[in-house]
Amino acid sequence: MPMILEVKNLITKFYTLDGVVNAVNGVSFDLEEGELLAIVGESGSGKSVTMMSLLGLIPSPPGKVESGEALFSGLDGQQDLLKLSPQELRNVRGGQIGFVFQDPISTLNPIMTIGEQISETLTRHKGMTREEARGQALQLLAQVGIPDPELRYKSYPFQFSGGMRQRVVIAIAIACTPQMIIADEQTTALDVTVQAQIVELFKRLRELLNVAVIWITHDLGVVAGIADRVLVMYGGRPAEIALVDDLYERPQHPYTVGLLGALPRLDAEESKRLVSIKGTPPDSLIPLQHCPFAWRCQFAFERCWEEIPPLIAVGDQHQTACFYDMEKGEARDG
Amino acid sequence: MQRYFLSKLGQSILLLFGVLLLVFVMVRVTGDPASLMMSRQASPEDIAAFRERMGFNDPVLVQFSRLISRAIVGDFGASLHFTTPAMPLVVQRLPATLELALAGLLMAVIVGIPLGLVGGFNPGSLIDSVGRFLALLVQSIPNFWLALLLILYFAVQLGWFPSFGRDEWKSVVMPAFVLGLPVMGQIVRLTRSAVLEIRGEDFIRTAHAKGLEPKTIYTKHVLRNVAIPLVSVIGVQFGYMLGGSIYIETIFSWPGMGQLLEQAIGWRDFPLVQALAVFTSLVVLGLNLLTDMAYAVIDPRIRYGR
Repeated sequence: MPMILEVKNLITKFYTLDGVVNAVNGVSFDLEEGELLAIVGESGSGKSVTMMSLLGLIPSPPGKVESGEALFSGLDGQQDLLKLSPQELRNVRGGQIGFVFQDPISTLNPIMTIGEQISETLTRHKGMTREEARGQALQLLAQVGIPDPELRYKSYPFQFSGGMRQRVVIAIAIACTPQMIIADEQTTALDVTVQAQIVELFKRLRELLNVAVIWITHDLGVVAGIADRVLVMYGGRPAEIALVDDLYERPQHPYTVGLLGALPRLDAEESKRLVSIKGTPPDSLIPLQHCPFAWRCQFAFERCWEEIPPLIAVGDQHQTACFYDMEKGEARDG
Repeated sequence: MQRYFLSKLGQSILLLFGVLLLVFVMVRVTGDPASLMMSRQASPEDIAAFRERMGFNDPVLVQFSRLISRAIVGDFGASLHFTTPAMPLVVQRLPATLELALAGLLMAVIVGIPLGLVGGFNPGSLIDSVGRFLALLVQSIPNFWLALLLILYFAVQLGWFPSFGRDEWKSVVMPAFVLGLPVMGQIVRLTRSAVLEIRGEDFIRTAHAKGLEPKTIYTKHVLRNVAIPLVSVIGVQFGYMLGGSIYIETIFSWPGMGQLLEQAIGWRDFPLVQALAVFTSLVVLGLNLLTDMAYAVIDPRIRYGR
């Protein structure tokens, strides 16, 4: 399959009054057409900043994309998103790349009708008239499962439930039939039943539109049922990337093992249902000199404190940034 | 929307009733309204006659219901000083006060909003720093002092503007400037902080993610949301300007309601003071009602009663 997005060695920093925050410290990954890649990590692991960096949505100042490449193969051929002018980037955003943000309560303008908020994307990118955009927006509302679109077009966000708002946000993201959608923690603010509905809706839309998706989350459970591949991030760096089944069956990074262990399990004994990873995430004010997970890692040895581990291939489409081979119980060669 | 309007109207009527009660009680707190209203030289017989004539010998409830029933038809008795009905005297003064407040507000809005917008969209820029400094300055300057300085310089020394009265269009410039200045300062600061706050909202990020042009984002998404707090503050401030321009009207001898109030207090003309208090409240309440309506037009959350 041809690649739709190739990100190479992305570095993003925030220049704050407290010092330089190293939010993203060299992230590389790629995305195939129609693929769903999940990016998993805890708060501050750099997963959202990575995606916002690609599309110039980092508030600047204080944020700055220092270096890297992001080759996007959209309608205008392959282009490096990081080198586009603000105007060119605006043409890509919302048109060829759709966004779904977390917390649908605050991501919609409270005093603008749902319909207007969908149509304005269409008039902007598809050159539609207001009337055409209205017709298209009604179809989109129906497509994301909102009953009585005619009536709902004129409604305001506060008249919707959380799940319905999330559907509207999805309708905005798919409005211009993008090649790629970035969904940032889109199910986090929803309760579990609504979460399941949104995941189902997304599965359906993905098959229908054949769109590539980057699904940012900290919930490994949601990811299991929908992702093709998973990228685990830690301390602003990729820790492990693998096909979803591979990752769950044969995790190769101690952090991934910890994350999987931290999933609440109903079948475990009462006292062991919820296990947490000891320690706290690294302070991103300190520039990385070694493996960011070394502080919390039970397997850490000398080398982990001396260099930053690169991604090492450990199987078919499976890479891990760890010097220690947990299966063999010894350090990896090379 | 209708329910919203009706509930606001009901609140206003209740408030007006409260004002009447307050006015009624105020005159009677000393125990004898008659001796309060009469001059010190008045003989006891005169005071007794006055008391009888004004109905102060009747039971309090009778007096109050009389006040209410007369107030409904706009009858607040005759002014002691002018010996003509008090209310028409007050209403006569409304155009002057309205002119002054409107001119002041217009200045505050025309200068304040653009300055606040520029600051909010370019925080930390030179014009932002200047705007913030000016806003703080004009809010802190005591405006009776500023009024005197302006008179000294622009009226006495340069002779550009008249120092008192309301005889030509130039007359309104200085009092309106002094009256509007602190309001302008507040509008600058409010607009600036509202723009900054709205710009940081998640839905603005969504708008950027949609690829909208910055111009569209500012006008359609930012400005409309900024208008909400702005409208309410402008409404409240306009009310203050109408009711609170007493010393500015006095300093500039502006023939408005404020000046009349200052004089009426000096004359111990209680019917006139009462009429002024009630009428000013009425105007402010009407204004608040208008503000609430404007609010509902901009913000659907209020329109649909949430």
